[in-house]
Amino acid sequence: MLSDYAPAAALLILAVGMSFVILFMSRLLGPYRPTARKLAPYESGMQPYGPAIRRIPVKFYRVAVLFILFDIEIIFFLPWAVIFRDLGVYGLVVMGMFFFILAVGFLYEWKVGGLEWE
Amino acid sequence: MFEVPSLSDLNIAATLPVMSLVLGTCILLLADLFVPQERKQLTAWLAVAGLGVSLALSLLSLGDVTRFGDGDEAFAGMFVADTFTDAVNVIALVTALLGVMVAYNYLERTGTQRGEYYVLLLFTTAGVMFMGAAGDLVVVFVALELLSIPLYILSGFRRPQEASEESAMKYFLLGAFASGFLVYGIALIYGATGTTGLHDIWIAVDDIVAGDATSQYLLLIGAGLMLVGLGFKVAAVPFHMWTPDVYQGAPTSVVAYMSVAAKVGGFAALLRVLAAGMPHFVLDAGAPAAWQDTVWLVAVLTMLLGNLVAIVQNDLKRLLAYSSIAHAGYVLLAVAAAGSAGLADESAQAVVIYMMAYAFTNVGAFSVVIAVEKDDASNTGVTSMRGLARSQPWLAAAMALFMLSLTGIPLTAGFVGKWFVFKAAISADLFFAVVVGAVTSLISAYYYLRIVWYMYFEEGDGEAVIPWPLAAAISIAAVGTLFLGVMPYLLTDMAREITLAFGG
Repeated sequence: MLSDYAPAAALLILAVGMSFVILFMSRLLGPYRPTARKLAPYESGMQPYGPAIRRIPVKFYRVAVLFILFDIEIIFFLPWAVIFRDLGVYGLVVMGMFFFILAVGFLYEWKVGGLEWE
Repeated sequence: MFEVPSLSDLNIAATLPVMSLVLGTCILLLADLFVPQERKQLTAWLAVAGLGVSLALSLLSLGDVTRFGDGDEAFAGMFVADTFTDAVNVIALVTALLGVMVAYNYLERTGTQRGEYYVLLLFTTAGVMFMGAAGDLVVVFVALELLSIPLYILSGFRRPQEASEESAMKYFLLGAFASGFLVYGIALIYGATGTTGLHDIWIAVDDIVAGDATSQYLLLIGAGLMLVGLGFKVAAVPFHMWTPDVYQGAPTSVVAYMSVAAKVGGFAALLRVLAAGMPHFVLDAGAPAAWQDTVWLVAVLTMLLGNLVAIVQNDLKRLLAYSSIAHAGYVLLAVAAAGSAGLADESAQAVVIYMMAYAFTNVGAFSVVIAVEKDDASNTGVTSMRGLARSQPWLAAAMALFMLSLTGIPLTAGFVGKWFVFKAAISADLFFAVVVGAVTSLISAYYYLRIVWYMYFEEGDGEAVIPWPLAAAISIAAVGTLFLGVMPYLLTDMAREITLAFGG
């Protein structure tokens, strides 16, 4: 039962292991000559200052939510597109329902000005 | 290669009443964008049209004129389309129609006429309908969110008024918390049974009862957590804390609708999960279901607290909030009865009868509050009822009728509802709980009749604004309350046909 998850576990271990390997490989194999400028969080950006937790304009949250909307859409669309031919009319109708609901939300958001930044 | 399902497997036709509402609401959402601000009444009319179509389809299905679809399952068992579904649909849609009617002028005079109001109201209604049709715990959860999220927004619809925003915030935070409990419960039930489909759970429970101690504990905790989540929605003690604050702060037209709709959805889901999903979940052979004791205990607490605290309330909306808590207790009695063998259908019928009666009565009572409320949300005290009988005799008569019905006086719908709830509970041998129910009904007469006293025997201005849609809503509610009380067979004949597709 639990052994069904062995491939997933293998992938997890591989992923974690790989990121450590890459992290230390560059340090071991590459040259390491730090300067104050190189160690700054952003080499050519502004210096971050102040506490990390502070009030953020609510507009950012709106963008984040809208992003999720389209992100989920892609997550659903991609596997469907891969086996589009096999699913045939059934897949088309089901995706059509999903897309309809999504499109209604998108049109509403567009018309009320949810996509305007200012 | 996997098997591609065919479209006919989905049995979409069985979901026609709710699907037509969802489709209508989506169209309404877009149509509203093109309705100019000064003609927002048009949106209300379109909403009524959408609800009307769906109600007609539900009635056709409930009256057995036509059965939509093939069999009583759709979307591979996710959606159950039995007579209980139809009954829940009808109650939800009638409530929503009344909800649109009472909001029509109220929004205008309080300066909150925005088209989204009706769209959100219709989406909530769809959520209630999905809860009644849930054949899967995941559907219960998604439907609960569809029911709740628009209600959070509607509670705060009177922005920038502080009380309204506060109530929305409270409702949202506590509601989100309760949803968490529900999902945790679902996860544990899945852990115990290995499925989220209620039909499969119904079958799996038998094996677990036969001897799998670990799964029994998981199932017990899971059912308990789901009871917390749904108990919050129906405002059962001890998860009732939000009710008075939210009902007092939210726009009255929203409260009129949600005090009924959220309860209908919550109880429908409770019946689906407990009565249809795990009626056989017993810890000793031959005993009633393991969750029965908990449910009737919650019911007793809810009836006691709701009725006792309502006595000292001086604000009509708060008073009706505690009264709605008390009524949740009565319905919970019927839910508890479902735990005894062979009583699932009878308790489903009792819940449907009670909710139908409650829908007319409670929306009616809140409509009268809307009539006396001033534009700035003031004048909702009990004393605002003073002298109403002299200045508005019909309004006062309707309010008196609603109060009598909420008390449960014979010849009103409320009596019929209480009768069937108590009958179901007695069949399940829950005598103590029934005695508490009868005694608390007597106690409730004090605060309900106090309002009647103020209307008829005290001097006052008795000012009220009654535009025709509100008058129509109050009339429909009053006629419904009276007719179901005088001719209970109208309701009971319909209810006799109600069965759960599985369970019991």
